[in-house]
Amino acid sequence: MNRNGQVLLRVENLVKWFPITRGIIFTRTIGYVHAVDGVSFEIRRGETLGLVGESGCGKSTVGRTILQLHRPTRGHVYFDGIDLTQLRGGELRRMRRRMQIIFQDPYASLNPRMTVGQIIAEPLEIHGIARGKEARERVEELLRLVGLNPIFADRYPHEFSGGQRQRIGIARALALQPDFIVCDEPISALDVSIQAQIVNLLQELQERFHLTYLFIAHDLAMVRHISDRVAVMYLGKIVELADRIELYENPLHPYTQALLSAVPVPDPAVEARRQRIILRGEVPSPVNPPSGCRFHPRCPIAQEICKHVEPEWREIRPGHWVACHLAA
Amino acid sequence: MPPLLDVRNLEVRFFTRDGVVHAVNGVSFQLHEGETLGIVGESGSGKSVTMLSILRLIPQPPGRITKGEVLFQGVDLLKLDEADIRRIRGSKIAMVFQDPMTSLNPVLTIGRQITEVLETHLNMSPQEARQRAIELLRMVGIPNAAERLNDYPHQFSGGMRQRVMIAMALACHPQILIADEPTTALDVTIQAQIIDLVKRLRDELGMAIIWITHDLGVVAGLAHRVAVMYAGYIVEEAPVLELYHHPRHPYTLGLLGSLPRLDRRERRRLVSIDGMPPDLLELPAGCPFAPRCPYAFDRCWEENPRLEEIAPNHRIACWVDVQTGRPR
Ligand SMILES: Nc1ncnc2c1ncn2[C@@H]1O[C@H](COP(=O)(O)OP(=O)(O)OP(=O)(O)O)[C@@H](O)[C@H]1O
Ligand SMILES: Nc1ncnc2c1ncn2[C@@H]1O[C@H](COP(=O)(O)OP(=O)(O)O)[C@@H](O)[C@H]1O
Ligand code: SF4
Ligand code: SF4
Ligand SMILES: [Mg+2]
Ligand SMILES: [Mg+2]
Repeated sequence: MNRNGQVLLRVENLVKWFPITRGIIFTRTIGYVHAVDGVSFEIRRGETLGLVGESGCGKSTVGRTILQLHRPTRGHVYFDGIDLTQLRGGELRRMRRRMQIIFQDPYASLNPRMTVGQIIAEPLEIHGIARGKEARERVEELLRLVGLNPIFADRYPHEFSGGQRQRIGIARALALQPDFIVCDEPISALDVSIQAQIVNLLQELQERFHLTYLFIAHDLAMVRHISDRVAVMYLGKIVELADRIELYENPLHPYTQALLSAVPVPDPAVEARRQRIILRGEVPSPVNPPSGCRFHPRCPIAQEICKHVEPEWREIRPGHWVACHLAA
Repeated sequence: MPPLLDVRNLEVRFFTRDGVVHAVNGVSFQLHEGETLGIVGESGSGKSVTMLSILRLIPQPPGRITKGEVLFQGVDLLKLDEADIRRIRGSKIAMVFQDPMTSLNPVLTIGRQITEVLETHLNMSPQEARQRAIELLRMVGIPNAAERLNDYPHQFSGGMRQRVMIAMALACHPQILIADEPTTALDVTIQAQIIDLVKRLRDELGMAIIWITHDLGVVAGLAHRVAVMYAGYIVEEAPVLELYHHPRHPYTLGLLGSLPRLDRRERRRLVSIDGMPPDLLELPAGCPFAPRCPYAFDRCWEENPRLEEIAPNHRIACWVDVQTGRPR
């Protein structure tokens, strides 16, 4: 949408390790899960950056660390020029109003003991923006905005279907009029016919309020549909990042190539002609990631150098970034 | 040639505290020797209950097969006594489930679970069974098969467990393999490995397959024929190319329209299906899709259309010709 817009979010060399501990009274750290291991990217105002990769590769951790829901082990997150990693307490809370998150599981992410109205009004009250009648009016407006009937405000989450609960989650995220939303697999738990409803809603809201999205998903077709640019993650690293057309038509990283080739296309004529790159083995553990290029044990074109030297993150063409020794 | 499996007018109900769940409402289909039939539908559409009923595996109570016949090589499985159906299950007709953890015994080694099947169904000696188990694990691509026989299910990853399940299902050379969303919980690159494996084994062993999924992409590349389920009915059934290129039921059209395509660069708004699937506790008198259907007219609300052949090998349950938009 906004190719040359102003940068809203800049992530610099972000690292998040989770300690693995043993012992109950005297806990000691015996290692780390390298969930995110040095990623850098920017998101422009009004843009959607898609983040894809297989389960456990660190996508949610990137999202949560950006919002400072996890504090990073290293690195910086600049939001509108301000380094969030340096903020504490009230300063951080004020910035957080502008950043929200929508979760995958619409069942688990809404408090079952609160009415829909209370759930949506909660952020307004926490931040002292609206109370009572005023909050109620805002809740009804938000419900209408996400395509729900305002009378639903007095009902409880269990009375709603998955798609409706996801709409409630979106209404809550919009309550504080944020600039930026991390959408963490917002449609993965929904049925196919409902997914399109939610994606269309997210796109309408983006246009209307000029929102900026980090859209995390493992459905590569949906990510292509919704994103302006797409980043591909593997084992804690971003291995490739490019414009949505460039990435899908000219993938340069062998992992991106394999991932794209693995996605089934709902057309038997296309499927019959397709060549799949079947990767060997499975994703290694993020506790001891492989040396050199992390993808080397599964890479169909790995060379000797790949085992020892980590590939540099390079801009191979304007806007097309990749980390692979052999990409050209 | 008579079909290998001929399911006629199958009807399954669950008698629960909340009322009667109309899970399967007169489902008929056939499966021929060596054929792969894809069954697609959203969650709750009755795919699993249909398959479990074929093998008489639904919990009774609350479930009950209230009507229909399941002819396997001419014999009605619904009339067999418990010992006879047990002999068919696992040996002639084998099933693989979405979550292998629920069908593997957590306290027995993988080796013990496979050899047990071989010893009971094929009367193998423990030595023979062990040898055959190693061959089976090798066949499904598990490295160090001999050593891994001593491992427990939790020591395998999701993809590996699904391979083990496939190995167990194939242990007795079944004539029919029923796979209920076997790759839904897996990452795409692992899904590609499993599908590649199943296609290879199908060609080698010549078994017929029923592959259940909610992913229209997966069956496009795998099935010869596809049936679409909605609210406990088959609403459309056709050879795979015909179904994807000339869908004739409004629900199938809606599903295909709501999917973004990995291989399309242009971005169009997704055509979503409004509303949500019906509550199976109180099915409407008319067509179950009527409340969501853009083609619905008076008759749809009163009379439920039966599945009828409208072109060679192409059956739909609908009053309307979607090509003209008028009643047929
Ligand atoms: N709070 C935590 N404590 C310890 N380890 C964690 C924590 N959160 C995540 N991890 C680990 O970090 C790695 C990355 O997890 P993350 O949830 O970011 O993956 P993801 O890409 O979002 O996966 P998915 O597609 O399954 O949602 C995983 O190995 C995970 O087990
Ligand atoms: N044990 C059960 N008790 C009551 N209802 C059930 C039971 N198993 C399945 N159902 C109901 O039967 C319907 C069809 O379910 P299912 O066949 O599992 O759907 P699918 O496999 O297509 O997702 C659903 O409404 C489901 O809730
Ligand atoms: S750096 Fe080497 S191992 Fe890594 S992706 Fe490139 S070729 Fe493969
Ligand atoms: S019978 Fe009527 S309501 Fe049902 S799918 Fe056809 S047109 Fe739609
Ligand atoms: Mg996640
Ligand atoms: Mg099911």
